[in-house]
Amino acid sequence: MTAASAALQARRRHVRAAQAVVAVAGLAAAALWWAVPPAGTVDGGPATALVLALLAVLGLAGWSVQRLAALDHHPAFGPATAALFGLWVLYLWQVGVTLFDVPRVLLPAPAFIAQMLADRWDTLLGDFVQTVLKAVLIGWALGSALGFGVGVAIDRAPFLQRGLLPLASLTSTVPLVAVAPIMVMWFGFDWPSKAAVVVLMTFFPMLISTLAGLQAAGKLERELMHSYAASYGQTLVGLRLPMALPFIFSALKVNATLALIGAIVAEFFGSPTVGLGFRISTEAARMNMGLVWGAIVVAAVTGSLAYALLVQLERRWAFWHPSIRNK
Amino acid sequence: MAARPAAGWRQQALPVATVLLAVLLLWYGGAVGLNRAGAVERVFNNGPYTLGQLVATTLNMERPVLPAPHQVLADLVSSLVDWPLDSPRNLLYHVAVTAQSTLIGFALGTLLGMVLAAAIVHSRTLDRALLPWIVASQTVPVLAIAPIVLVILGSLGFSGVAPKATIAMYLCFFPVTVAMVQGLRAPQRIETELLHTYAASRWQAFWLLRLPSALPYLFPSLRVAIAAGVVGAMVAELPTGAQAGLGAKLLTGSYYGNTVGIWSALLMSALLGLGLTLAVGGVERLALRQRRPA
Repeated sequence: MTAASAALQARRRHVRAAQAVVAVAGLAAAALWWAVPPAGTVDGGPATALVLALLAVLGLAGWSVQRLAALDHHPAFGPATAALFGLWVLYLWQVGVTLFDVPRVLLPAPAFIAQMLADRWDTLLGDFVQTVLKAVLIGWALGSALGFGVGVAIDRAPFLQRGLLPLASLTSTVPLVAVAPIMVMWFGFDWPSKAAVVVLMTFFPMLISTLAGLQAAGKLERELMHSYAASYGQTLVGLRLPMALPFIFSALKVNATLALIGAIVAEFFGSPTVGLGFRISTEAARMNMGLVWGAIVVAAVTGSLAYALLVQLERRWAFWHPSIRNK
Repeated sequence: MAARPAAGWRQQALPVATVLLAVLLLWYGGAVGLNRAGAVERVFNNGPYTLGQLVATTLNMERPVLPAPHQVLADLVSSLVDWPLDSPRNLLYHVAVTAQSTLIGFALGTLLGMVLAAAIVHSRTLDRALLPWIVASQTVPVLAIAPIVLVILGSLGFSGVAPKATIAMYLCFFPVTVAMVQGLRAPQRIETELLHTYAASRWQAFWLLRLPSALPYLFPSLRVAIAAGVVGAMVAELPTGAQAGLGAKLLTGSYYGNTVGIWSALLMSALLGLGLTLAVGGVERLALRQRRPA
């Protein structure tokens, strides 16, 4: 009992100490924020005192992350540490860029990027619609559906499976996105050519995963279905497709990232004057880096949200599967 | 996910050959179908033609919508045989340029990924603060920042192979780090405790236990990394107006409507990706040859 309560007390002490360090670091950071002059107002480099203050805040920041990382016993401490680290990176990026007057071409400050996002939201929204809602979404759905369909269709043809699987696996080593110029020739500059690239990139991972997933049902369950005199179709729908769900979802998740990459890179090869990839490549050529970073933020947030959405869907649809229950 | 070699390849040869033959037939059929409109308009001038003429024409057009396989192959062979190795007309020259930046980036990225993974495994702070971001970055199209890297390095005065290798490097780095962290944590508790009873230092435990048990995790990620590196190097060749490299070759091909050229560059980049992955696979088999298959 006493040992347990002593441990509890020690733990509380650690938590309180970490809170104190985070608070002190936060206060120091706020003070430095207030002391740093706006960019471009000072000539001849930053004041030595401010550089020293920045180093001090850097040290405090590292200390606070370290203290928080050392905490245990609560599941929120892990994500909190990562979040704090991310905040510190953003803060030091902002203050460092302002203090040392880094040219915007090299590295625009986060506040400037946010400003760009707010000012040019209509441009970026158009790019988002063009790239994500048209090329990525349609290509991803079509490619995944085709991969799934072909996988199920050749389920009863082991000869075709043995022929297709090795070739399908080899495509992961091939830069498939390089077909973009050909697709542009065939389908024009607009989104259908990008969707075609995405279809090609997403088809094979889904085919491989579907074939693997259909083999996932155990012998025992199959024999049970057999003893029920279940037909091939009943076994497929009642047993084998549900068992394949985790495989299919993992392919959907991989494909979501692949589709974004495919559509954006395909736009580097030629596109109408709208689209995230077009925005990134043209504005980079014009050295308008704020907007480039803005487009990248849009793409990154889209990728993460799509992934999170698919994880949630998987939890809802395959909640009964051991791979979900054991989490 | 490379094909599993050796074991049942004899069993697979016939199905694979059949599928390849079907692809080839489809390709020829597609070439006839897609090039028909152009052939009728330009070669026959909308006049009469026989089926034999149509097939012969569509499969040998100057600028086809879809070149026939033998045209692509002929273009590839002629570029390899008719021009010296250092001529931009020789595809091997472009392959060498792309492979160079890929390999430099791959080596640096792998090294960086392994060092960072070792640091993450030994530091709780890095594990909790940095690893979640690296894992999350897998869901983000990081290739999109390639133009930024080009601009930054360009304005810092770097040109040539450095920017391309940098992009290949950061693309290689993410999968290697994630897999290496997993691999370095793979040893069972009983194994780490055994080393502890031997009074092994952290360094010895790393060298003798963690690193060897991480290798089976490392190599699949290396295959992913090198494929990503090829894509990265090719994309890096696009916006700079580069003259050399497979990416630049593809882009100039699409500017000038040189379809056969695009297809042979595409075939060459596929071969480059395959070759590099096979090389990594070979190193893997060499490194793990003394282990029993799991």
